[in-house]
This record gives sequence, C-alpha cells and structure tokens, in this order.
Amino acid sequence: MDCILFLQNTRGLRSQLKDSVPVAGLCPQAGPYGIQDTLRMGFSSVKNELLPSHPLELSEKNFQLNQDKMNFSTLRNIQGLHAPLKLQMEYRAAKQIQRLPFLPSSNLALDTLKGTDESIGFEDILNDTAQCEVTGEPHIMTEYKLGLL
Amino acid sequence: MALSHVFETPVSGFNFENSTRNILLENVLDEGKTKAPKPLKTGTTIAGVVYKNGVVLGADTRATSSEVVADKTCAKIHYIAPNIYCCGAGTAADTEKTTDLLSSNLTIFSMNSGRNPRVVMAANILQDILFRYRGMIGANLILGGVDCTGNHLYRVGPFGSMDKVPYLAMGSGDLAAMGILEDRFKVNMEVEEAKTLVCDAIHAGIMTDLGSGNNIDLCIITRRGVDYIRPYQESEYKQRRQEKYKYKPGTTPVLTENIVPLELELVHEMVQTMETA
Repeated sequence: MDCILFLQNTRGLRSQLKDSVPVAGLCPQAGPYGIQDTLRMGFSSVKNELLPSHPLELSEKNFQLNQDKMNFSTLRNIQGLHAPLKLQMEYRAAKQIQRLPFLPSSNLALDTLKGTDESIGFEDILNDTAQCEVTGEPHIMTEYKLGLL
Repeated sequence: MALSHVFETPVSGFNFENSTRNILLENVLDEGKTKAPKPLKTGTTIAGVVYKNGVVLGADTRATSSEVVADKTCAKIHYIAPNIYCCGAGTAADTEKTTDLLSSNLTIFSMNSGRNPRVVMAANILQDILFRYRGMIGANLILGGVDCTGNHLYRVGPFGSMDKVPYLAMGSGDLAAMGILEDRFKVNMEVEEAKTLVCDAIHAGIMTDLGSGNNIDLCIITRRGVDYIRPYQESEYKQRRQEKYKYKPGTTPVLTENIVPLELELVHEMVQTMETA
C-alpha cells in the first residue's frame, strides 16, 4: 500500500469511467424544514450556487474521495474483494475515534492508516484548524452533530 | 470568537470562499482603471546541462514585480535533497513553496526507508502536485540530480508535464539561452566546459531579456557532493555608491530640550551569590 500513498493513482481512472463519483454540488443548503435557512446561512443566490466560482473548487472538494475510490478499485482488481473491504472497515473504525465536535481531534489512527502522517501537503500548511480565527458555538455544534438541530 | 452559524470545524487546505468576491472586485476595479496587485514573478533565465560526472544547473538572480526589479539577489536554485537541486521560474512564491514541500516529503521518505531519494521520484511527486492544481500553481521547474542510476535532468511544467532531457533552459530568457546550448552542447563534456557553457547561456538570457539580470549562480552536482557557487559571476553593471550619505551630527538644529527625571523607588532587593569556585 506504501507506493499508492505517495503517488496518485492516475492509471486507475480507466476502470472508473463507468461509475463516476456523484459530485455533491453547491446546492442551496437546506435547513431542517427543507427550504433555505436564511437565518443561519444568509441570503441565497441562484448564480452562486449553480456554478463554482473557482475552477478548482469542485475538484479539490472531492479530490480525496476520488483518489480513495480509484485506489480501492485498483486494489479490488488486483487482490480481490477482501482487500478494500478490510481496509474500509479499518477506516470506518478509525474515523469514529473523535473528540467532541468543537474540540480538535488528532485523528492519529486515521492518519496512520491513510499514510498522511508521512507526507506533507497543502492541507498541513494552509488554514491550520488549530489557528482558525472563528470557532463554532459548542452547544450548536454538538446539536448539529447529533442531528438535533 | 464563537459564531453560531459555524456547524463544523473548517477544512484545512485551500479555501475558495473569497473567489466570488475577488471576481466581483476585479470587475468593479477595472472600470475604475485600478488593478489587483500582481504576484511577484521571477522572469528568469534558468538552464541545466548533464555532463560526464554529473549535472550543472545555472540561474540568474533577478526577481521582478511588473516593471520594477524587486530582488537583485534572489536565489533561484533550491535545495531538494543532498543530491538533488531544482531551479524554479514563474511565480516566486509558488516555486519556493512547491520545492519546500517536495524537499520535506523526500526527507521524510529517506528517513523512513534509509535510502537517498531518486531524481525520478522527485519529478513524479512534483508532477502530481502540479497536475492536481491544473496549472494554477505557476511553477516551471528544472530538476537536476545525481543518484544511483546516473545523472538526470528533468523539466516539469506548471500543468504537470514532465520531460527528461540532456540540456535545458526555461524562463523568459530561455530562447537566447537555448540558442547557446543548442550550438555548443556535446555529450560527456568536462566540468569546466559545462560550467562555461551554462554560464554563457545564462549570460545570453540576461543580455537579451529584461526580466533576467544581475548575477549568475551555478550549482554543480556530482556523485561526491554539491558545489553551490553563489555568485559565480557578478554583473558588470553593479552600482557603486558615489558619496557618503550619512548626516553629520548637528545637521538638524535642536530647538528645545526638556529633561524629566524618572523617579524610581527601590521596592525589593535580593542578593544571590554565584558559585565562582
């Protein structure tokens, strides 16, 4: 798995041509009642939500997802179904090791599994969450996570 | 500051929140004939040559910000690994950060595996990073180094293209430099011949291109080690100060003087003996 972590799996794209990752576009963020939540999200504008303002916005949002999908697909083709299945099970278990939503979690297990503890990218340099200027209200964030909001 | 509309911690990495605002601002500003500030470009001449025992990389040292020379002694040959160096043309910040990222990743790799990184590995990582951002990162790089498989020179373009070549020039002065290289390049040159060739190529770029100038830096990489000569050749148009520009004491007349003594009160005195044995 080591070689995949460093380099991007661009040749695996061929097997992905049939089923593409559904891109979660910039649809208006529906509140709990299904319509635009003006109080919390502000005014909506159709133009803002239909097109991404930056050419890289969509591709960056889904980059990790697409890479993972391609890697798992290649792994399945080479080693059989058990390989990606086992790995995804481990990822799911590691993803659940989190602190409360407003506290910073180290994600140590998840990082080690993904191999991001051995590489440095722009996610580690720019917009460091430890130095973010805005925080959310703890109660609201917990309620959102639990789905009560 | 706790805000009530933030539901999840923000994701790290690039943040595109302000791109709509920037586009709107640019449209408004252009009608008022003002422009957004341009990033610092290097407007460069960089060149590289593979010779018998290694690789010679050369670069000029001028960094321009539109029509003004912003830095006369810019270092364009960046360290990647003990055996790999990289010349960068394009946006100065982009080349520096990308080469820094590459260098960090290769250091982690060599610590993990206990091996020296190969040049082809560095080129592939660069290619991945640059292609991911579809050319938005304006970095044209010449990667040169010596590893266990030989002496290599790679060109990596801003959109992620990679090219393995024996001699190479990039930057705004690359046409002139390429002319010199095409004329005098031979396979398996000696080190002095290679150094003169690269120096002449960069010199041609400096003479013909406004964006290149000042000194010439050379970096010679061999199996035994690296010789980073900075500057190899200084510009013949270096300015010397004509006079002394310091002011004599008494140039500014003193009009009034007002002395206010600070009244300090001794609050606490503690004596600690030092061991002077």
